[in-house]
Amino acid sequence: MTTLKSPIAFTANNLLDGEAVWLGSNGAWVKTFDAAKVFATQDERQVAVEAAERADAENLVVEPYEIEVSQDAGQVTPIKFRERIRAAGPTMRLDLGKQAELATQAAA
Amino acid sequence: MSTLFVNGAVTEDQWVSVDGEQPVPEGEDVIVSLAVFEEQPHALLTRNAGRLGAYLEADDQIDAIADHLELISLVALDFPSFADGRAFSKARLLRDRYGFADQIRATGDVRIDQISHMRRSGFDAFLVSHQPTIDSLTEIKDSGLDLFYQPAIEGAEARPALAGKSWARRAL
Amino acid sequence: MYRYDEFDREFVAARVAQFRDQVARRVSGELSEDNFKPLRLQNGVYLQLHAYMLRVAVPYGTLNSSQMRMLAHIARKYDRDYGHFTTRQNIQFNWPKLADIPDILEDLASVEMHAIQTSGNCIRNVTADHFAGASADEVADPRPYAEILRQWSTIHPEFLFLPRKFKIAVIGSSNDRAAMQFHDIGLEVRKNDVGELGLRVFVGGGLGRTPMIGKLIRDWLPEEDMLSYCEAILRVYNLYGRRDNKYKARIKILVHETGLDELKKDIEEEFERIKDGVLKLPDEDVEAITAYFAQPEFDDLPMRDESLEQAKLDNRSFARWIERNVSEHVKPGYGIVTVALKGTGEAPGDATSAQMDVLADLGERYSHDELRVSHEQNVILPHVKLGDLKAIYDALLVAEMASPNAGLITDIIACPGLDYCALATARSIPVAQELSQRFSDLDRQNDIGALKVKISGCINACGHHHVGHIGILGVDRRGEELYQVTLGGSGDEQAAVGEIIGRGFSADEISNAVETIVDTYLARRLSDDEIFLDAYRRLGPQPFKDALYPTKEAA
Repeated sequence: MTTLKSPIAFTANNLLDGEAVWLGSNGAWVKTFDAAKVFATQDERQVAVEAAERADAENLVVEPYEIEVSQDAGQVTPIKFRERIRAAGPTMRLDLGKQAELATQAAA
Repeated sequence: MSTLFVNGAVTEDQWVSVDGEQPVPEGEDVIVSLAVFEEQPHALLTRNAGRLGAYLEADDQIDAIADHLELISLVALDFPSFADGRAFSKARLLRDRYGFADQIRATGDVRIDQISHMRRSGFDAFLVSHQPTIDSLTEIKDSGLDLFYQPAIEGAEARPALAGKSWARRAL
Repeated sequence: MYRYDEFDREFVAARVAQFRDQVARRVSGELSEDNFKPLRLQNGVYLQLHAYMLRVAVPYGTLNSSQMRMLAHIARKYDRDYGHFTTRQNIQFNWPKLADIPDILEDLASVEMHAIQTSGNCIRNVTADHFAGASADEVADPRPYAEILRQWSTIHPEFLFLPRKFKIAVIGSSNDRAAMQFHDIGLEVRKNDVGELGLRVFVGGGLGRTPMIGKLIRDWLPEEDMLSYCEAILRVYNLYGRRDNKYKARIKILVHETGLDELKKDIEEEFERIKDGVLKLPDEDVEAITAYFAQPEFDDLPMRDESLEQAKLDNRSFARWIERNVSEHVKPGYGIVTVALKGTGEAPGDATSAQMDVLADLGERYSHDELRVSHEQNVILPHVKLGDLKAIYDALLVAEMASPNAGLITDIIACPGLDYCALATARSIPVAQELSQRFSDLDRQNDIGALKVKISGCINACGHHHVGHIGILGVDRRGEELYQVTLGGSGDEQAAVGEIIGRGFSADEISNAVETIVDTYLARRLSDDEIFLDAYRRLGPQPFKDALYPTKEAA
């Protein structure tokens, strides 16, 4: 049970609509980062790699890859700035991207 | 498993590929790699029986065989990846500059979406291992277009598609 | 402008059908992503950070009102209601769905537009002077040549899998407004002593990781030999360009490593072989294409329009806009309008669908139904009567496109950067926004005068920072954005690559650094008339280094 140097998540883009997605529970791909599953051990990572490759082969997602995340008091955040932007949306257009969808959901 | 298409039809390959591991078989049609050719060019060019073909990898230039094309009956040009487009120019030069009229065969990563570009560059044979491409070619389904904005292999023979656009062509 | 004939219409329709089939085969899994990717790139479809991105070709930056309206329609129907005009005179949409793209392409085809070869390792959109056909300093309109090259390069079977992308620019004046010398092939239209048209040919220019100025390979190439010569260059490049390293694969590296003389031998040899063949351009064909670009029927007007002069006196903002954003037209009584897509705090080059509709209306009504996209991310109305300028200005004001800042410090060029682009290492748009806010005071901007700021979010230099008078390159240093500054670059006929000034600046520091540079210039210039670039060329980097790195911590 090797623990990974840094916990990770998996991300990709939907084939059909191009949206950024993350691997969630039960091999499903979710549209917001807060629902992304975090993998902490080598075994868990392997399961995730297989799920990502399957989704790629089944033409659901394109170019899956893993990203490092940090876990802080239950809050999970991508480490790379690029991935934080991807999880939120363009930094100068708060009306676009995931941040806008989350805001709409919160308001509803 | 590879399938050979010559002039659009599935064809049994009569040529034996020789890459240097084995001796050149007597009396057979052989395709030799550049390395094999350069070991014994005279012997290969003056064989009594069996035709000679040359196989060029992506890094090989046709200069290496240009002087001997009269005695070469086939040139195979490799695509290590479909993204490596050098062989398009080599085929074009073989046809246009050297007047090579025999088989120019595409090998390696040959995909259906590049077939019409290969044809228009001078290829007339395709050794295909990609199954969906084999299926498409067998069905004579070619996803190429019939209209062209430049004279490629059509050259001077084809009539221009439209006045005022002398570079355009329609498929023959 | 060029209008499709039956051949063109059939071609584009067939191409759309082909791509629709390719998308279907991708969705069904018959095509893997590996095999689909080059096909989608050859149709301008990228995968970016948040979504797909579709880059639509605007050939040599020229379009009419129904085309602009269609771009607005696409933004509204399929995207998020805006588009981005690029440094190669194209337009990008940032949020299309792959499943919708065949329909988008079909809509585009209905107005004679496409997205063919706006990406991929092939010949890209041929760009040209955005003042073509309107400027007083033109020898000849470069666009007929650009159109002939566009056609010849479209799905050229031999050149779809080049070592890397290939960019061609054509200019028709000795004033280079298209950064021609920074293209893989740069062409300048000229006349010889007996009035015949021909081309000066440059090869091996480029920006990116290793910026290089193009080398003059032919001082004179007869017009009829244009396609043969370009085909010879492309053939030699296709055969010998490096394929081992993506960052050393452009023709500029081949020229640099082989040497121009040796490469020229190969090119000239191939050219000699083919020049009298099928690619030789018949006069009638060049004339036929040129006829599409004939100047519209202009009215004979006096040089001065009294209503305009009065309006300038009555309205200082309008006068400012005239001064900066209206350029001299070859026909007296007319002007060339630069519509700046550079509002204070806005993303450079972005336009909403509503703004695109306004531009379309203005182009149709006031500019003989013609618009241009400049590589500096503005839109041009090329043929405007002086007497119509006030009405245009008023409409632009309402649509928030009346910034009187063409060529000034807030007329910033910026790539999409890390906010959108999968290749980026830093954000560029927020830097542009902050600078445009810092320098928003128009008196100050005009006092500073002509100053081109160009910002790239990564080493690929899509923001053309190497040719900025002030260039800014955003990199990633240990997870933090860092901005390197270059000075003294220029994309005009006195081509120059900007010089790195010293260690980079953080996102918090970069605007202050630009202010310091500007203040240094203002303090040291000989007069108000000495623009920044000239002052830099006279002074060299040292005064700027001293000001930016006062404790001599310079890199």
